[in-house]
Amino acid sequence: MKHLITATALTLLAMGSGHALAQSLAAPLKATPASAYPVAPAPGLYQAFGEQAGIRALMDDFVIRLKADARIGEQFKDTQLDNLAKQLTDQVCQLAGGPCVYKGPDMKEAHAEMDVTRSHFNALVEVLQLSMDARGIPFTRQNQLLALLAPKHRDVVNTR
Amino acid sequence: MNHPMNHLTETRRRQAPSTTLLALAATAALLAAAPAQADTGKLLLTGGVSTVEGAAGGGISPWAVIGSQATEGEKGVSAYLSRAETRDHGLTAAGVAVGFNDRLELSFGHQDFDTGITGTLLGLPGLHLKQDILGAKLRVAGDAVLESDSLMPQIAVGVQAKRLRSSGLDGTLDALGAQRDGVDLYVSATKLFLAQGVVVNGTLRATKANQNGLLGFGARLGGADNGYQLMPELSVAYLLSKNVAVGFEYRAMTNKLQRAGAAAGLGDGLRADDWKDIFIAWAPSKNVSLTAAYVDLGRIVPATTGNRKQTGVYLSAQIAF
Repeated sequence: MKHLITATALTLLAMGSGHALAQSLAAPLKATPASAYPVAPAPGLYQAFGEQAGIRALMDDFVIRLKADARIGEQFKDTQLDNLAKQLTDQVCQLAGGPCVYKGPDMKEAHAEMDVTRSHFNALVEVLQLSMDARGIPFTRQNQLLALLAPKHRDVVNTR
Repeated sequence: MNHPMNHLTETRRRQAPSTTLLALAATAALLAAAPAQADTGKLLLTGGVSTVEGAAGGGISPWAVIGSQATEGEKGVSAYLSRAETRDHGLTAAGVAVGFNDRLELSFGHQDFDTGITGTLLGLPGLHLKQDILGAKLRVAGDAVLESDSLMPQIAVGVQAKRLRSSGLDGTLDALGAQRDGVDLYVSATKLFLAQGVVVNGTLRATKANQNGLLGFGARLGGADNGYQLMPELSVAYLLSKNVAVGFEYRAMTNKLQRAGAAAGLGDGLRADDWKDIFIAWAPSKNVSLTAAYVDLGRIVPATTGNRKQTGVYLSAQIAF
């Protein structure tokens, strides 16, 4: 039985570690203390999103969809969409390996005034997927970006 | 090895499309046509599909995910109808699962196994074996989907209480020393490797069930091993798009009846093999998923089936809210 567990663990590790290793060699990135599996941007991710201009276009589309969304649009009713798109662009540009530096508030602070549940977070992911579809971003690239964004649920989701 | 299509053709030749399959197709068409409910909840396919035992997971193996569309702070329900047709047998499975707070899942599943030629050769033509399964699953740690910077999987523990209804096979099961009810215990670990679009689940199940309980639980005749055994199960799925996944599953099965069968003069006529499948799952909307699979359930009462492997097709429809 022990070797079965070991085998399962090894399978899990094998599926993830090759990629993680390649990533951590390519781009040493700060990992949160909790992270045993730091995710660095996949090679070419920033370019796949059309660099800064492409990311800005994606975010301009995204913020409009966000505000129009029946589930979470209400949360953005007083938000300056242009400013939100700029902040998101800086953040995603940096996460994706681009030359930007995000200088806005951290995610916990930015959402402190809102009640964000897990299902709100999932809805936001779905809206982002729609925007990425509309921009013609390939599914595999979408997932590489989502993998960088998903851990932010720890700071964004504040209502259980 | 025979080509899958041969089995399909044979199945069609052997019997007209069953009413179950027609009902399944009609239900699926109806559900797919219904407007998708604008709602919060889980991301597509991250609640898994319904197993033949009622728990959320793959098709033959439970995963650590909690069924239904409900995420934290929500309650949800899912229902499924599934049909497998192999060379000599058929299985219809239906049931419901309720998810609470993405933490606890309660499920009920019913299985109806058409023994086909096996029943006929046992002198029980038309024999159907029917089993009810009550399940509970508790997520104890982790998050399969959003913790993409961690290798920690979502982990759940589960229990399945199974009861095989009384049938013409009761006397045979008694003679072999097999019970008609049993309890499976399992632990599952599920991880979505988001950047790679790969879902992996490993399950370890403690069970005495013969063919998942459809041939009873344990066996005593001839000194057969009547105790619990730990059986591993593995599922791997690859996301082709937001709403389509392909993959394979492997479920190790107990083989307790072989020795009892030998003691009854049947040689290897009651041996069992591991179950395997390759599948494609499609979620046309948040509330509907359809799964098709090619299954290989190995030998099932090979004394009556010319030692044939029970390969065939599996179709499943699930609605979830």
